Amino acid sequence: MSQYFLNPNLFNTDVEQEPIRAGFGRGLKAAAEVNEKIVALCADLTDSTQIGLFREAFPARFIETGIAEQNLVSVASGLALAGKIPFASSYAAFNPGRNWEQIRTTIALNDQPVKIVGSHAGVSVGPDGASHQMLEDIALMRVLPNMIVVVPGDSLEAEKATRAIAENGKPSYIRLAREKTPIISTDQSPFEVGRAYVLREGGDISLMGTGAMTYQLLVAANILSEKGISAEVVHVPTVKPLDSETIIASARHTGRVLTAEEAQIAGGFGGAVAELLSEHLPTPLLRIGMQDRFGESGAPLELFDYFGLTGDNIAQRAEEFVHTKSQYHREY
Amino acid sequence: MGGHLTIAELQRKANDLRQDVIRMLAAAGSGHTAGSLDLADILAALYFEILNIDPKNPEWPERDIFLLSNGHTVPIQYAAMAEAGFFDKEELSTLRKLGSRLQGHPERCRLPGLENTSGPLGSGLSQAAGYAYSLQYLDNNRHRFVYTIMGDGELDEGNVWEAAMFAGKYKLSQLIAFIDRNNIQIDGSTEEVMPLEDLRGKWESFGWHVIEIDGHNIQSIIDAVNMAKAISNKPCIIIAFTIPGKGVDFMEYDYKWHGVAPSKEQADNAIKKLSIRNKDNVLSEVKL
Repeated sequence: MSQYFLNPNLFNTDVEQEPIRAGFGRGLKAAAEVNEKIVALCADLTDSTQIGLFREAFPARFIETGIAEQNLVSVASGLALAGKIPFASSYAAFNPGRNWEQIRTTIALNDQPVKIVGSHAGVSVGPDGASHQMLEDIALMRVLPNMIVVVPGDSLEAEKATRAIAENGKPSYIRLAREKTPIISTDQSPFEVGRAYVLREGGDISLMGTGAMTYQLLVAANILSEKGISAEVVHVPTVKPLDSETIIASARHTGRVLTAEEAQIAGGFGGAVAELLSEHLPTPLLRIGMQDRFGESGAPLELFDYFGLTGDNIAQRAEEFVHTKSQYHREY
Repeated sequence: MGGHLTIAELQRKANDLRQDVIRMLAAAGSGHTAGSLDLADILAALYFEILNIDPKNPEWPERDIFLLSNGHTVPIQYAAMAEAGFFDKEELSTLRKLGSRLQGHPERCRLPGLENTSGPLGSGLSQAAGYAYSLQYLDNNRHRFVYTIMGDGELDEGNVWEAAMFAGKYKLSQLIAFIDRNNIQIDGSTEEVMPLEDLRGKWESFGWHVIEIDGHNIQSIIDAVNMAKAISNKPCIIIAFTIPGKGVDFMEYDYKWHGVAPSKEQADNAIKKLSIRNKDNVLSEVKL
């Protein structure tokens, strides 16, 4: 369990922070250094999606498509047919937001190993407002057969995840965020596509998070601990395939589950966990995330607080939840 | 493959493929008749003369690539592939049936030799451009060619024009695209539904070399492709003027045949028409 190496500096005020997308940029360059089939495409957002690092290192393997996301991914499909491993990047609002059908037909149904890179996902995009705060991408991508969906928890994990999907031979989606977020892991922390990791053990409630929300859950677990509530924290960086074994084991252990994501809970990570548990181990569930509404402009931290996504907010919700819902399985 | 059949023999192949298509669609009870028939001459020219492919080795790394973008016309591609020896002709009767490798719209993963998964319109040109980009810029391979066919109604899709800009920018000279200019789409004539003209001017302004041909004249099809191959600084588009439902008089020019299959009776009648045409042209022994 505790083989996951948490950043020892995690709860200090000077915890290292870096945008998750920066780890992607490094991971892509590293993957491309060992595999010359890797190519990268971008739709006029090269620097902000952090593909610039790749472009500098491998200018001949970089393809600019202009602001044309449908073409971006279907060109990538053609490149994959020609034996390449294309990473196609833009903002998540447009990729997969704009081009979902092309991804469905030319990549997922076609089973081509194209990597869709959706950057600037979630409300943490901040002042740009609702149109640019992609919240539906997890739902959109996880319903596609053949598709792998990865939502790294920090920049170090994004680096590892990028290298892993580069070599998995499958259509894959990687979700990235714009803002700096705390680094929760270390170089030694494991990452495997399809695996969830128990970061902290507890007996009263399981807090399950994907992406940078896992950090908020770790903060919440500390607060809960001061109140005498023992929270288990499960980090789920792969939303599809879901690590059902780890999730069910934790749910069985604690009898209550809270999920957290910076996305719509309907169809998102919370939706995935709800599907899994209601079929295999019905468990009281509280889903933290966007509740069937769009975001709006604001500073990222301000929005996190406004939408109830901070560790403080989550600890409060979790406390109420623990006090109002009994632990089902203990009674079975 | 090519080089071994005369123009008359290729015409006969096309007519045979049309008959296969009628039988397939009648057996399936659904499917797209008009476009499948009007592409018979282009598909015959591609599979039996133009494409450098090996049906016994569909993954041959030196092969040319053909991506059908308007996937609803795939019956004519299946017929051509079977005739070329990719699979047994018996299998044609499984079109659109449960468990068949011959899906209603093409799926690459199911059938060796089928290069593309398509159906939703507008993406094939992008895919072909991606492949052609790889050959020209990543693989340093200047002798393989990538072909695609789009319907004319398909050009309503914005994705097509994104691809047109892309291929023009990168001067993808190994990309050769056909437009099946049959002037129909489901809701009526293309010029009523969403006017496409000036089609030549549109493509030229996107940086393409444009060739216009009679899409039923096999010599013209082959000549156009040879010309396109010789153009080394631009992608080429071949606007092939065709007659929807070509070869069956009661289907020709009628947009209502876009998306319906013939009944048993209509199919018998259609095959008779195709057979008569054969005899008139002294082209082929007709198998009924």
